[in-house]
Amino acid sequence: MSAIHCMQLCKTFKQGDETITGLDHVDISIEVGEFVCLSGPSGSGKTTLLNAIGGLDTHDSVEIHMGNIRIDQLDKGSLADMRLHNIGFVFQAYNLIPVLSAQENVEFVMQMQGIVAHERARHAREILKEVGLEGMEDRRPAQLSGGQQQRVAVARAIVSQPQLVLADEPTANLDSVTASHLMNLFSRLNQHHHITFIIATHDKRVMGYAKRLIKMRDGKIIGDEKQTPVAIEDVADSSG
Amino acid sequence: MNTGVFNIPFKAMLTLSWRNLWRNYRRTLIMLAAISMAVWAMIFMTAIMRGMVDDMLHQGVANLPGHIQIHHPGFRDDPSVVNSIDAPGGELLAALNDSQTKSWTSRIKVPAVISSERDTRGISLLGVEPESENRITGIAEQVVEGRFLEGDDDRGVVIGLKLAERLETRLGKRVVIMSQDPDNNIADRGFRIVGLYKARLEALEEVNVYAARGTLQKLLKIGDQVSEIAIIDKDFRDIESLYAKIKAATPDNLEIRAWYELDSYLSSMLNVMDGFVLIWIIIIFLALSFGLVNTLMMAVFERRREIGLIQALGMRPGMIVYQILLESLLLLLIGLSIGNALALATVLPLESGLDISSVAEGLAMIGAGSVLYPNLRLDDMILANVVVIMLGTLTSILPAWHAARLDPVQAINST
Ligand SMILES: Nc1ncnc2c1ncn2[C@@H]1O[C@H](COP(=O)(O)OP(=O)(O)O)[C@@H](O)[C@H]1O
Ligand SMILES: [Mg+2]
Repeated sequence: MSAIHCMQLCKTFKQGDETITGLDHVDISIEVGEFVCLSGPSGSGKTTLLNAIGGLDTHDSVEIHMGNIRIDQLDKGSLADMRLHNIGFVFQAYNLIPVLSAQENVEFVMQMQGIVAHERARHAREILKEVGLEGMEDRRPAQLSGGQQQRVAVARAIVSQPQLVLADEPTANLDSVTASHLMNLFSRLNQHHHITFIIATHDKRVMGYAKRLIKMRDGKIIGDEKQTPVAIEDVADSSG
Repeated sequence: MNTGVFNIPFKAMLTLSWRNLWRNYRRTLIMLAAISMAVWAMIFMTAIMRGMVDDMLHQGVANLPGHIQIHHPGFRDDPSVVNSIDAPGGELLAALNDSQTKSWTSRIKVPAVISSERDTRGISLLGVEPESENRITGIAEQVVEGRFLEGDDDRGVVIGLKLAERLETRLGKRVVIMSQDPDNNIADRGFRIVGLYKARLEALEEVNVYAARGTLQKLLKIGDQVSEIAIIDKDFRDIESLYAKIKAATPDNLEIRAWYELDSYLSSMLNVMDGFVLIWIIIIFLALSFGLVNTLMMAVFERRREIGLIQALGMRPGMIVYQILLESLLLLLIGLSIGNALALATVLPLESGLDISSVAEGLAMIGAGSVLYPNLRLDDMILANVVVIMLGTLTSILPAWHAARLDPVQAINST
């Protein structure tokens, strides 16, 4: 079964009189358990493609399947439910609710999912520890650095082990140690829990972790190849 | 898949709304001040208006006088001595003296002419039994010079200050009062002015002249007959049971009327007042609603990125509406609490009476006194609170709806 299947995906943006092409007839199939990197220069359509797959945007001509569901045919509310229960998001720009602490931000999605309080709290603490934010659970986003905020967002995206994680430049604000730590975590979740990852990035080190590398340019896919990912560093397991 | 609209616990929603509320605490405080002031104005001014209307009603009822009156059926069309009735007796007297009646009196009321050595004027001559009359109208307290009548056969008269001025006479002088007996013969005699009274309505001072009932009965040769019986109950708003009882005891050839039948202006005032209060409350609310909508719109605009974010994370549009409404409701509830407390704190100390004599001259013309007793009513307070909560929540639907319709991608990427 393919996790995601898009056919002839197009997206244009109107800016005044100008029409900007975001995606240009993109066909893509991604199987369950894949670890995909979308690479390409800025403006090549990576974010637009992630948004399309996540059901966040309307499109001009589409058929997007997720499992057996045609997500392009769902209404707003069902799309919201679909995202809530199946997809973990890490956005490029704006990720955290400013009035909630790191822990509350991570718990927020679980709250909507109806997970009981003590389990939520335990999960959230575990995952925050895993992304290296132990002791910062009660800080508000404004009291965290950019990299720390990014890690909270990652923690929130993976905390309830969704089927699919869509991450847009997840390492953009991270130093290389934290970045590799995070990628190791992603790889492990991918291997052990068969969570599908689609990561948009132009970070060469991130691409190294991918089992499949899709290259984009001007809203089109210009390359799609399988590759052998770098070995997961064991250090991630021991350091926690 | 959980497809319920309410896919987040209330407590989490409350936390989010509460913290969002205090993010821009200056704006929230300003809004709270506006809501509190509006609620205060609603309740305080309503209490003042109620107090004024109550006062006018009391005054009006006192001038009738009485809450219930019994007459000859022809008296109200032709208030002459011909349309007199026998003094109450038997069953009626028993009902009148029953403990349920607060007080009653019987009086003569005939048109007459009063002459001083300077001038002559038409008046309404009242023959009263001083003690019971005073219990009904409080006339004795209005006497500012001399004394009120004493006993059923007092031979003096008490006239208004204004009338004394018009007649160019004064306390202690003699006047001649002339009327007709039932046989259309002139009945006249001289009276000494034993007292001058000052009424709240100057018009009354010129018209009502008080003499003793027994003295007038002799003058008019009507035996123990009277023109009307006036009865007061404990509260003029609640006279139905007494009315029924007295009516049952009143002979069929007499007419019995409640105050609201005697003066339809007074009774309509009471009814109109309820509508007036509602309109007043809604007008203030309308002024407030602009600020409320504006504030919420701004809050939504400032937070559009995180609203987009929580939508992207899987919060249903309905829940976004719910969150904004909850935030607005919290704001309203706090504002209401402060406003109610403020209203109580300002009205209750004034309930013993607010001296408005400095502006009372104008008010006296519409029948109000110079001491105002605000009337704070629970149902008015509840009305104000319900209007603010219901309409406030309703008005907040607009910004909430606006928030729910934000496009998540655009919202997140906007700056
Ligand atoms: N909201 C938008 N309005 C107008 N143009 C947009 C919008 N979002 C993206 N684009 C355009 O679509 C193209 C693809 O953008 P994007 O998917 O963000 O690229 P990437 O994530 O690879 O940098 C770019 O040319 C960009 O300018
Ligand atoms: Mg991008």
